[in-house]
Amino acid sequence: MWSDTSLRTSTMTAVPRAAATERASPMTGFLKVEQLAKAYQASKPVFADVSFEMAQGEFVCIIGHSGCGKTTILNVLAGLDTATAGHCFMDGREIAGPSLERGVVFQSHALMPWLTVRQNIAFAVKSRWPDWGTAQVNAQVEKFVAMVGLSHAIDKKPSQLSGGMKQRVGIARAFAIQPKMLLLDEPFGALDALTRGTIQDELMGIVRQTQQTVFMITHDVDEAILLSDRILLMTNGQDTDQGYKPGGLAEVVVNPLPRSRTRAQLHHLDGYYELRNHIVDFLVSRAKAH
Amino acid sequence: MKSLSLNLRAAVVTLLLLVCFVGVWQLATTGPSVGGSSAGMTPEEIEYAKMMGKDPGAQKSDGFPPPIEVAKASWAHLSDPFYDKGPNDKGIGIQLAHSLARVGLGFVLAMAVALPLGFAIGMSPLMQKAFNPFVQVLKPISPLAWMPLALYTLKDSDVSGIFVIFICSVWPMLINTAFGVASVKRDWLNVAATLEVSPIRKAFQVILPAAAPTILTGMRISMGIAWLVIVAAEMLVGGTGVGYFVWNEWNNLSLTNVIFAVLLIGVVGMLLDLMFAQLQKAVTYVE
Repeated sequence: MWSDTSLRTSTMTAVPRAAATERASPMTGFLKVEQLAKAYQASKPVFADVSFEMAQGEFVCIIGHSGCGKTTILNVLAGLDTATAGHCFMDGREIAGPSLERGVVFQSHALMPWLTVRQNIAFAVKSRWPDWGTAQVNAQVEKFVAMVGLSHAIDKKPSQLSGGMKQRVGIARAFAIQPKMLLLDEPFGALDALTRGTIQDELMGIVRQTQQTVFMITHDVDEAILLSDRILLMTNGQDTDQGYKPGGLAEVVVNPLPRSRTRAQLHHLDGYYELRNHIVDFLVSRAKAH
Repeated sequence: MKSLSLNLRAAVVTLLLLVCFVGVWQLATTGPSVGGSSAGMTPEEIEYAKMMGKDPGAQKSDGFPPPIEVAKASWAHLSDPFYDKGPNDKGIGIQLAHSLARVGLGFVLAMAVALPLGFAIGMSPLMQKAFNPFVQVLKPISPLAWMPLALYTLKDSDVSGIFVIFICSVWPMLINTAFGVASVKRDWLNVAATLEVSPIRKAFQVILPAAAPTILTGMRISMGIAWLVIVAAEMLVGGTGVGYFVWNEWNNLSLTNVIFAVLLIGVVGMLLDLMFAQLQKAVTYVE
């Protein structure tokens, strides 16, 4: 109903025209993932034949159970891991190793605890623009710290910040280097529900404003629906009667809700519950062998 | 009593313990005089005893010194620490300076070797495995066991002393540096990688600060061992230093000076340790 696995991508029949025009004109194939596979044991690849494309300015979430290889895909895109087979291209160039063109927000924020917020972000900014003077670096740092609303805590160490604030700093650091693409590895996984909501709103505001291309891992269906333009659903590898079947991309769901949605009115939107039920059904019944 | 802070109460107990200890020491050293007394002796007998070199009236000083004697000697040493009256009579300040210079030099040399090598070992699992047997065999060797080899090859007692300090300081520093570098959080290295940080910058701005608390712990252990070893080494090598001072005063049968030197070694060792504790505090971070 929502999508067709053979077609890989599908659109809602009930897509409001407004939603389509609202989207920034996409440059298709900005990011291309072709036939990606990862195997720790040659006979049992974790996932295989994963192919998808992303347009510039698009927000894509990937959902799946633990162990399906979401993080591996993200790490391959970041250049921190290598795939067993397949290729990834960004902006026409193959991804081989980490790059400043792709900012990463880590699940565990990964701030350096011996540096203050300012120094943490300055470290990234200096890496991006080594020729910049102190004033220029500072201006950039202050701009992005202000963007996540942490100007008052700019000279604090990460240990003096709450979990949500730390994650905000991680996001600010990734945005501050102005990468072509942002990779988020379950950035709100460790946060409580209230904090998570606020930061989701902030992230959405920043992404809409900067037209940032984002690839994000999440376990939270509502988070995916709120933030993303498309949602990739992944299955785990499983032993079937016909032998082992590696995990992979089961389907790609296009989010039909208007892009101007907010967290507060999300559940009042037409089509929200159908979309949510579809994803939850997938996770419960199809994603994993029980 | 309840309103007093813990620190103050601890200080009171410390003081009480000290008073008890000094009191027991005093009591133990004021036993009956070895020479006996002249009471009940005829003048002729006293005269005879004096002629035999056993003056009953004279204060015997060859027993264990009471605290007051040690205090007096300490005051004398500390009030004129830098005199130099030839090779066997130098002020305690000069002796200490010699010991500290040896320890400092050996320690700096050990740092120059252990920190870069520890970095290399910590960064590469291959090097870690390759170096492990050497470290495991060399580490448990008493540094003084190297002394004959050092004296033979280096042909200089002063340099040999420095070498012994070097060899005993190098292992804890090497092991801790390698461990600290090897256990830098993957996340921080990933951050550095995604930011395309150069290897040099990564080493100095990510790995070094991340491993600094572990490295400093190794240095603190090394300094403790070095200060233990220097006394023994100087007893063997002779010439200068607090170790030599202790040995020299033993030969003079001056237990008072030996006790003074022993206490001084303890105090200086404590100060060195405090110094490293402060350094450690400065580089420690809370996660």
